Amino acid sequence: MEIEKLLTERKTAISRKWFEQVTDTYPSDTSKFLKQQKDPFANPVGSTTMNSLQGVLDELLKKEPDKEKLVFLLDPVIRIRTVQAVFTPSQAVGFVFFLKQIVRENLKNECRDLQTLTALSAFEGKVDELALIAFNIYMECTKTILELKANHEKGKVYRAFSRAGLVEEIPDDGPELIR
Amino acid sequence: MSDLPKSDELFAGLDHKPQKKDWMDTPVNIRKGMYCYSANPASMETLGAPFARKWNPLEEDWKLPENWQEIIHNGFRERLDRFRTFKVFMDICVRCGACADKCHFFIGTGDPKNMPVLRAELLRSVYRNDFTTFGKLLGRVAGARPMTLDVLKEWWYYMFQCSECRRCSVFCPYGIDTAEITIMGRELLNLLGLNIDWIATPVSNCYKTGNHLGIQPHAFKDMLDFFVEDIEDITGVNTEPQYNKKGADILFITPSGDVFADPGTYTCMGYLILFKYLKDKYGLDVTWSTYASEGGNFGFFTSHETMKRLNAKMYAEAKRLGVKWILGGECGHMWRVISQYMNTLNGPADFLEEPVSPITGTKFENAKSTKMVHISEFTADLIRHGKLELDPARNDNLKVTFHDSCNPARGMGMFDEPRYVIQNTCNHFYEMPANTIRENTFCCGSGSGLNAGEDMELRMCGGLPRANAVKHVRDKFGVNMLACVCAIDRAAFPDLMNYWVPGVDVTGVTELVGNALILPGEKERDTDLRGEALPGMEEDDAE
Repeated sequence: MEIEKLLTERKTAISRKWFEQVTDTYPSDTSKFLKQQKDPFANPVGSTTMNSLQGVLDELLKKEPDKEKLVFLLDPVIRIRTVQAVFTPSQAVGFVFFLKQIVRENLKNECRDLQTLTALSAFEGKVDELALIAFNIYMECTKTILELKANHEKGKVYRAFSRAGLVEEIPDDGPELIR
Repeated sequence: MSDLPKSDELFAGLDHKPQKKDWMDTPVNIRKGMYCYSANPASMETLGAPFARKWNPLEEDWKLPENWQEIIHNGFRERLDRFRTFKVFMDICVRCGACADKCHFFIGTGDPKNMPVLRAELLRSVYRNDFTTFGKLLGRVAGARPMTLDVLKEWWYYMFQCSECRRCSVFCPYGIDTAEITIMGRELLNLLGLNIDWIATPVSNCYKTGNHLGIQPHAFKDMLDFFVEDIEDITGVNTEPQYNKKGADILFITPSGDVFADPGTYTCMGYLILFKYLKDKYGLDVTWSTYASEGGNFGFFTSHETMKRLNAKMYAEAKRLGVKWILGGECGHMWRVISQYMNTLNGPADFLEEPVSPITGTKFENAKSTKMVHISEFTADLIRHGKLELDPARNDNLKVTFHDSCNPARGMGMFDEPRYVIQNTCNHFYEMPANTIRENTFCCGSGSGLNAGEDMELRMCGGLPRANAVKHVRDKFGVNMLACVCAIDRAAFPDLMNYWVPGVDVTGVTELVGNALILPGEKERDTDLRGEALPGMEEDDAE
C-alpha cells in the first residue's frame, strides 16, 4: 500500500499528535490551555495552530502538494510564533520536523521493505521543503515587524524635525513609509 | 559585537521542550521586542520623579539606590495602608484561575507569567513575605519569597506587559481588579525611577505644555487650521472653531492624538464638522482650548499623584473659561480617569453645571458628578432626537465593525451609544463574536503606555485576540473598516492590522459622522474626509 494512502487513513491521529507536540513547545500551563480551550476566539493560538497543521498535513499527503497553498496554510501559525518571545527562531519554525518522527513511528510496522522506505524518504523530503517554506515565512514576518518598527522611528524623527521648524512643507500624507 | 549571542545561548535555543519548573524557579528573561526603553532622565526630572538616571533593562546593573529594598518595602506598606482595595486584593485571591486565560497578553505571548493571577502573584509573594505572619513563618510553603534583584526585574518586565484593560476583572468571582495591582506595581517601580520612556516623556510634555507630544498652543491651532482648510476643500464650508473662548457653553477636550496622528486626524475633522453643523443649526457654543489640549492622561500609568496633576488642568481650564460643562472626545483611559478617579482626585467639580444638551434638553445624569459627557453619548442623543441630517450612503464603501475600547467599555460602561451612531451613519455594520466585544472586549494590546515601536512583538502578541476576531468578520462579511473610540486604538490598530489582518483600515466613530453629516450650504462632496472618492464618485474621480 502506498504510504500516502496509509497516512491519509491515519491523518486524524497524526495531526492530533503533531498538534500536541507543537503545543508542548509552550510552557506547561500554556500548553494545557491551548489544548483544552476549544473556542477559537478565546484561544486563537490553539485554534490557528490546529487549523494550520491539519491543512498542511492534508496538502502534504497529496501527490503534488501545491507550494502556494502550503505557504497560505502554514503562514498563520508561523506568524504567531515569530512574535512570541518564548521561542528562539529555530523553535519558532522547528516544529515542522516533528512530523517526520511522528510519521516514522506511525509506520514502524510497515517500513519493512525498500519500497516503503523509499516512499517514506520521499515524504520526509516534502517535510524538509516545508521547513524551508516555514523559514521563508518566518523571515517575511520578521521583516514586517522590522518595517513597522522602522516606520515608527521615522515618524518620531519626522515629528521632532517638524516641531523644531526644520520641515519646510508638511506633505499631506506625512513621511514616506516603507511599504 | 557585544550584541552577538554566545554559542551556548545558540545551542540552548535548539531544545523544543521547555523545562518544567515552578514559576518561582523560572528566572526572568528580558527579551528585546517585549519591553519599552527606559525613561529619559530629563523627563523624569521635569516631574520631580526620584532616581532619574540612564539605565538599560538588558544590563545587569540597573543603577538602583543602595536602599532600594527598603524603599519598595516602605512604599508597599504605605500603599496597603492608603488603598483598601490593594490590601483586599492582596489577601482575597483563592487562585481559582478564572482570570488566567482571559488576558490578551497571556493568550498572545503564551507566557504563563502573563496570566493575571500570576502577574498579581509576583507582588503577592513579596507581600506575604513582608507583611503576613504565615509568609514570614513558612516562607515558600505559604507562597512567599523575599524581594531580590531578580524579583524586581521580573516585576518591571511583567508590570509593563499589562495594559490595565481589566478584562480579567470581569471574570474574577471576587471582583479583584488586576489592573489596580499593575497600577500599584508600577507606582512601586516608579519609586526607584523604573519607568518607561513612552510614558515618562508624554507625561513630562503634558505637564509642561498641556499635551503628550509637547505641542505648543500656536502649533496646536495651526494643525486645526490645516483641518479647517481640508474640510473647506471637501465641503466648501468654513468650519473654523472657537479657541479659549471665555463664557462659552461647553469646553471640548480630546486626546492630542486626534490632532496630530493619522487616522485620528480624520476623527478630529469629524468633530469640527459636527460642531459647525450644531453652531449653524442650533447655535451651539463650543470652545476648544489650546492649553487643555490633551484628554489622555498617561499620569494614570505612573502614579495617582501624577494622574491627579494631569487631570487637574482640564478642570482648571474649564473654571478659567467659565464654561457650563465639558464635552470629551474619543479617548480611552481619559474616560476611566474621569469616571472612576476624577471625583476623588480633583472633584467635586461643583463650579460646573450638571450637563444638559442645549439642543435636545437631555440631562446626562451619568455625568452629574464629573460634568463631562462623551462625544458618542452626545451625538447618539442628537441622532435619537432627529437633530442631525445624515447621508449614510456616503459611507457605503465601508463595511464597519466596532471595537469596544477597553476603558469606555469596562471603565465607564458605554456600549450602545457608539454602535447607535455607527448604525445611523453607515449602512454596513457587522459585530465581531460576542466573547470579544462589549464588556468582554479584547484590548488593542498597546494601551497603558505600551504603544511604542521597540516593543512591537509584544504589541502584536497582545493584539492577537482582537485581530483574530477582526479577521473573522473580514473573511465572513468583507469588513474593511475597524471603528473605535480611543486615540491609542487609532494609533495602534494600523500596525496590528498590517501584521495580522491586511486590508482593514481604522477609523474613529466621529469620522463616520463627519462623512455622513450634511452641512448647511455644503457643495456636493466627491471625496470623504481622507480625500478618497465617495461611493458613486469613482468615475468622476478617474476622469
